Amino acid sequence: MRVSVDTHRCCGSGQCVLAVPEVFDQREEDGIVRLLDHRPPAELHADVRTAATVCPSGAIEVHEA
Amino acid sequence: MTTAHPVEPLSFPAPRGACPFAPPPAYEQARREQPVSRVTLWDGSQCWMVTRHAEVRTVLRDQRFSSDASLPGFPFVTDGRRALANETISNLIRLDDPEHARLRRMLTADFMIKKTEVLRPRIQRIVDDFLDRMVAHGAPADLVTEYALPIPSLVICLLLGVDYVDHAYFQERSRVMLHNHSTVDQIRQARDELTDYLQQLAERKRREPDDGIISRLVARGELGDDEVATMGLLLLVAGHETTANMTSLSALALLRDPAQLARLRAEPALVKTAVEELLRFLSIVHSGLPRVATEDMVVGGETIRAGEGVLCMISAANRDEEVFATADQLDLARESRRHVAFGFGVHQCLGQPLARVELQIAVETLFRRLPGLQLAIPYEDIRFRTDMAIYGVHELPVTW
Ligand code: HEM
Ligand code: SF4
Repeated sequence: MRVSVDTHRCCGSGQCVLAVPEVFDQREEDGIVRLLDHRPPAELHADVRTAATVCPSGAIEVHEA
Repeated sequence: MTTAHPVEPLSFPAPRGACPFAPPPAYEQARREQPVSRVTLWDGSQCWMVTRHAEVRTVLRDQRFSSDASLPGFPFVTDGRRALANETISNLIRLDDPEHARLRRMLTADFMIKKTEVLRPRIQRIVDDFLDRMVAHGAPADLVTEYALPIPSLVICLLLGVDYVDHAYFQERSRVMLHNHSTVDQIRQARDELTDYLQQLAERKRREPDDGIISRLVARGELGDDEVATMGLLLLVAGHETTANMTSLSALALLRDPAQLARLRAEPALVKTAVEELLRFLSIVHSGLPRVATEDMVVGGETIRAGEGVLCMISAANRDEEVFATADQLDLARESRRHVAFGFGVHQCLGQPLARVELQIAVETLFRRLPGLQLAIPYEDIRFRTDMAIYGVHELPVTW
């Protein structure tokens, strides 16, 4: 699995951080998403998919495989 | 329009049914039979109502459905709401990107998860303090005025840098602004008084800066005092009425469901999922999130034309059985993260991390410290806030 984020779309809701703090963080200066791990380990995949689903702005893309 | 539509569009808002926690039955019926349907508003105008989870998410995530209240066709659910939107500088909740994003990004850092988690010990002390005072006053007490309302009021005052001694002043005025039966003149007056108050505050922070949000907005130098006041007003009103009503309505819902309450008491770690489930189940923002289409759009098989208004019913979407099995049951251990109680799309609640922390602490502390908490009046006598923009109870007399 490969993850990418679009910082222009992100509205800083923090849903992704709530879902998988190991993979997503928010930038100190403006609360916009910061990707910590673009190739998360298998045990986090389900939570990463949830993060992409609950992200309100559609800023998270998950590429399976 | 196709002939599939009922001859008479539903009159909006529809009355609630027998269960005061459930959305109006007519919205639930619409969700099952016609998830994108026509409704008639107070002034005789018509717009669309969207009730299913999937379509609510689609509309709220697509910025071709605009939040700009100055566009023709934007739906207002009361005349007061229309007056509020058309006579002031728009606050960010009623603006589209890029202007919306520019303003919102001035605030996102203050409400991000890392920041609100740090506030936990401070909020716990505030919660304990108000509970101490309520207990000291003795039973019966009104949980709304002695606990649910003062907690988020004090917290948002601290964050903004507003003097809490003035809380009665702004609580009363925001109540008028959010009351569906306030006259347009009452609403204008309340809004003007609050805006003046915040504008004077902004001027003062220019001379005597502190580390509150208002002061830092002033210090950025990008906004006039009137714009700072507009932002402050949004945060002040959005920041206390919502959390307050969630707190008292959650308390009531749990008192009415002893099995779920026992579960929470036995397993305090459940409080985080419990709060998400309560947000879903109670959906206190009950009057519909308003948008207006800027292009012709097809949603749920219906064509919504450019210039037509849409109301997104998050209360009905949060009871969608296709997403939440046995949606009408409160289940504190349920996976309810896909709820839309904070909205969806780029306007999704800015204060949600703060609201979560406040609610988790307020709910957990209340039931831990008062094991004998119960209603002080018959359940049938409780007055629900069907007449307010934010749902809840007007008062909640309790003993312990
Ligand atoms: C349980 C508590 C709360 C609920 C249920 C709630 C619900 C909502 C909803 C549904 C929206 C979206 C409106 C729309 O899309 O038209 C929203 C937006 C907003 N909320 Fe909350 N809210 C809560 C607490 C708070 C708190 C504590 C604050 C702040 C300090 C806050 C500040 C805001 C702001 C500033 C917006 C506008 C965001 C934007 O337009 O980008 N809310 N809220
Ligand atoms: S969930 Fe989406 S919008 Fe929210 S912070 Fe993460 S990437 Fe940004």
